[in-house]
Amino acid sequence: MAVLIQAELDKLKKSLLTLSAEVEEQVQKAVQALLTCDKTLADSVRKDDDKIDLMEVELEEDCLKVLALHQPVAHDLRFIVSVLKINNDLERMADHACSIAERAIDLSRIMCPESPYDVEAMGNKVKEMLRTALDALMKTDSELAHQAIEMDDPVDQIHRQNFVIIRKAIIDNPQMTEVLLHFLSVSRYLERMGDLATNIAEDVIYQIEGEIVRHGVDQQESKG
Amino acid sequence: MTDVNIENPIIKVNDLRFFYPGDARAIHGVDIAFPEKQVTALIGPSGCGKSTLLRCFNRMNDLIDGSRVEGEVLLDGQNIYERNTDIIELRRRVGMVFQKSNPFPKSIYENVIYGLRIAGEKDKKLLDERVETSLKGAALWDEVKDRLHQSALGLSGGQMQRLCIARAIAVNPRVILMDEPCSALDPKSTARVEELIGELRDEFTIIIVTHNMQQAARVSDYTAFLFEGNLIEYGQTNELFVKPKNKQTEDYITGRFG
Repeated sequence: MAVLIQAELDKLKKSLLTLSAEVEEQVQKAVQALLTCDKTLADSVRKDDDKIDLMEVELEEDCLKVLALHQPVAHDLRFIVSVLKINNDLERMADHACSIAERAIDLSRIMCPESPYDVEAMGNKVKEMLRTALDALMKTDSELAHQAIEMDDPVDQIHRQNFVIIRKAIIDNPQMTEVLLHFLSVSRYLERMGDLATNIAEDVIYQIEGEIVRHGVDQQESKG
Repeated sequence: MTDVNIENPIIKVNDLRFFYPGDARAIHGVDIAFPEKQVTALIGPSGCGKSTLLRCFNRMNDLIDGSRVEGEVLLDGQNIYERNTDIIELRRRVGMVFQKSNPFPKSIYENVIYGLRIAGEKDKKLLDERVETSLKGAALWDEVKDRLHQSALGLSGGQMQRLCIARAIAVNPRVILMDEPCSALDPKSTARVEELIGELRDEFTIIIVTHNMQQAARVSDYTAFLFEGNLIEYGQTNELFVKPKNKQTEDYITGRFG
């Protein structure tokens, strides 16, 4: 019984890691396409999103099969639940990468204007956060997961600053509103990616420790 | 070891040790308390002592010559191993359902009221009533109400097991012990018995020994994991099966050993 389910769990983990590598590449390419105003690269991000959607569906189906056939409990159960959730988070993250690629295409049509804030710096922060969360997942390391969660506040902070910068820029240059709104959207997508990376890190912690750390809820305290 | 605080337990076990003939120790100083009107599952690999422990609760092990019990089993605060314990009365208060259904070669009616007859009950109206309520309680009434006086041996395996449950509840016990009650039943009959356990919980305290981990997870409120005669972990079922605290429990319930 244990050997059979372990083989299935190993397969799920392998599929999840393949998906996470694909999504990380999509994020990387989308930010790159925006920075370099590369329409071809942006197009490839959009095209590859279908592949990620398919991988997500397949992985979900595999998880459901293992749940139905092996009725896992304890760590095995928590592992599959976290795979299901991380799978969903990764797919949504890829959607945001796709949305950034679409903004890159829109901006390439209007002569690649310069961003009013440092897209590259923000993109790097989010990519580092995602890298840390995925490392935590790959190594089943709750310490790394906690590190990833701590990286979210600075990203939120940058997004709030970007909002202030863009609001001022729109007031100063109303004719640039459309361009500026594209950049605000990009900032918002990156901030959401940070949130999804946080979710992934939280699910890694749940998988390892069995504690739900979402919303800052301490289960033991809330029960006591 | 035990993470639950059971208030006003119906059965409280203090440092229980059980020895089979030849001083072979099967239970090594177990402390456990069972909550009233809840279902508690005892799980563990073969030979871990779960059935032996269960049979200590109505002194079924007394039937094994040369066996010995040390420690206490308090039922409603009274130690059942005291010298003056009335064993018949004890087994009326702590009923038992076995792995293999064991109806007597008598009618369905007589099977149900067997315990009451032994206790000297003769009131026909009371006996009739008790047969009906017990069979209804065991979810068997609709299937047998027109053949109460036919032999119980004509029933199906699942029906026989529910008849044994009806016989157990007819004497209005405080506790029902179940030793692998579904191991000889097909999935449909198993589902009926499990459903019945859920209904009986409203009136009785149930302690069930099962090899089937999914069954323990489905039917019980509390689960105790035993290994080599020791209580390893005891807690609420929904916690123990999601986040066991002990590595041995985790390994056993996930099929890594045992």
